[in-house]
Amino acid sequence: MSLPLLFYIAALIAVGSAVLVVLNKNVVYSALLLVLCFFSLAIIYLLLEAYFLAVLEVFIYAGAIMVLFLFVIMLLNLGREKALEHFKYLQRGLSIFLVVLFFLGVFLLLLNDSSALHQPEGGFSAGGVYSLGEALFTKYLLPFEVASLLLLVALIGTVYLAKRKI
Amino acid sequence: MDFLGFIIILVKVLVVFAATMLTVLILIYAERRVSAFMQGRLGPNRVGPKGILQPIADGIKFLMKEEFIPAGVDKPIFILAPAILLIPALMTFAVIPFGSSITILGREIALQVADVNVGILYILALTSIGVYGIVLAGWSSNSKYSLLGGLRSSAQLISYELAMGLAVVSIILLSGSLKLNDIIADQQGYFLSWNVFKQPLAFVIFLVAVYAETNRLPFDLSEAEQELVGGYHTEYSSMKFAMFFMAEYANMITAAALTVTLFFGGWDFPLINETMLGNWGTALSVLAFILKMGFFLFLFIWVRWTFPRFRYDQLMKLGWKVMLPTALFNIFVTAGYLTIKSVV
Repeated sequence: MSLPLLFYIAALIAVGSAVLVVLNKNVVYSALLLVLCFFSLAIIYLLLEAYFLAVLEVFIYAGAIMVLFLFVIMLLNLGREKALEHFKYLQRGLSIFLVVLFFLGVFLLLLNDSSALHQPEGGFSAGGVYSLGEALFTKYLLPFEVASLLLLVALIGTVYLAKRKI
Repeated sequence: MDFLGFIIILVKVLVVFAATMLTVLILIYAERRVSAFMQGRLGPNRVGPKGILQPIADGIKFLMKEEFIPAGVDKPIFILAPAILLIPALMTFAVIPFGSSITILGREIALQVADVNVGILYILALTSIGVYGIVLAGWSSNSKYSLLGGLRSSAQLISYELAMGLAVVSIILLSGSLKLNDIIADQQGYFLSWNVFKQPLAFVIFLVAVYAETNRLPFDLSEAEQELVGGYHTEYSSMKFAMFFMAEYANMITAAALTVTLFFGGWDFPLINETMLGNWGTALSVLAFILKMGFFLFLFIWVRWTFPRFRYDQLMKLGWKVMLPTALFNIFVTAGYLTIKSVV
């Protein structure tokens, strides 16, 4: 099987499952379709020879985060969508606005210069782990540290919310 | 890729798959005989000499049983769940090297199905997918015992995955590679260079976490018979139940093989340089791998009939308050040592 064909299959599954995540009424099915979406994204990463990113996509998003989502869904036993009823209009309006904004941005980008979309930044595939680690600790050190601070704040917040008596 | 290379890979896949399935059969037999021995019973000894055909009789029984799907289950997921659990369990062995390379007709063949350069992460990622099988089986069964089993197991697996991953990180720091072949090459030579002697703390954490990850006693909370009937597979019957069973044993095999690869030099036969002896060296290396793996598989059974089950809060306390900080401390010490070594 040729690689472009594989890409189109993976891309089709990714987009299809992402659409179904939104349209599905059963929350558990939505979560599972999202996992399917992550898997097809991982395949696309593999086709780009970014093995490390592909494995991390499966390991962290599919393997850890979505399991926690499922865990919460099952604990709350959210079978129906009535839990979201009163956010309905706000949610719809906001999401339509954001989608229009996103496509407008993509459209403008394509109109100006489409070549920027085809070129990945160099040194991406080679080594994977090494190049990623080096980029994180040299070029992107500040965003990396800011992200770690953000995670720490989230952790403290979680403890504060979960534990009423400190 | 040339045609011959394709054939070689196909043969390797078949050999590894058949060996895994055969080991599952042997394990089922061994578990029953060893447990019987430890409890002063006889165990299965009627089918075939010493009862060695018992697993095959069990398999036929599973196939012949009536397939029963209870009313009120979520049918698609109920049917899918055993497959989601079993497939990753069988896929993980693909990256584990089970011997040094063999030379046939001047062609060197590595005894490993796929030499992935993120090998260890591939295994961790796939084992984390197996959780879905358990959680979905518990949820789709529409039974409170199954749901409790599934919930317990997902919480348990996430908690111990962290400690296991961090224990592995210290090994990666030492060998400087995610490739399993490099990790084995790093432990070659004198057998004191095995990682178990360099990283004893990581080994203990990893071993305990592995028992939790495979849902074996003393961590089999998700299928605690006295409380949950059968846990997440309470509502399953016939071949679907057998698939859960097979997945558990396949996971044990991979876990044992991974323990050997990470901490006991993989296929390294102590004090012998396998690459000097040609194909005989390869045979020795495969033998060494099988013997080491066999020991850890026996240890699984041994531990099962020796330790009582943890209480759930004790399990969580051990995972988050003992294993995780210890693993972090171990990484800190290892990284500190490596930094000092690179400066001096």
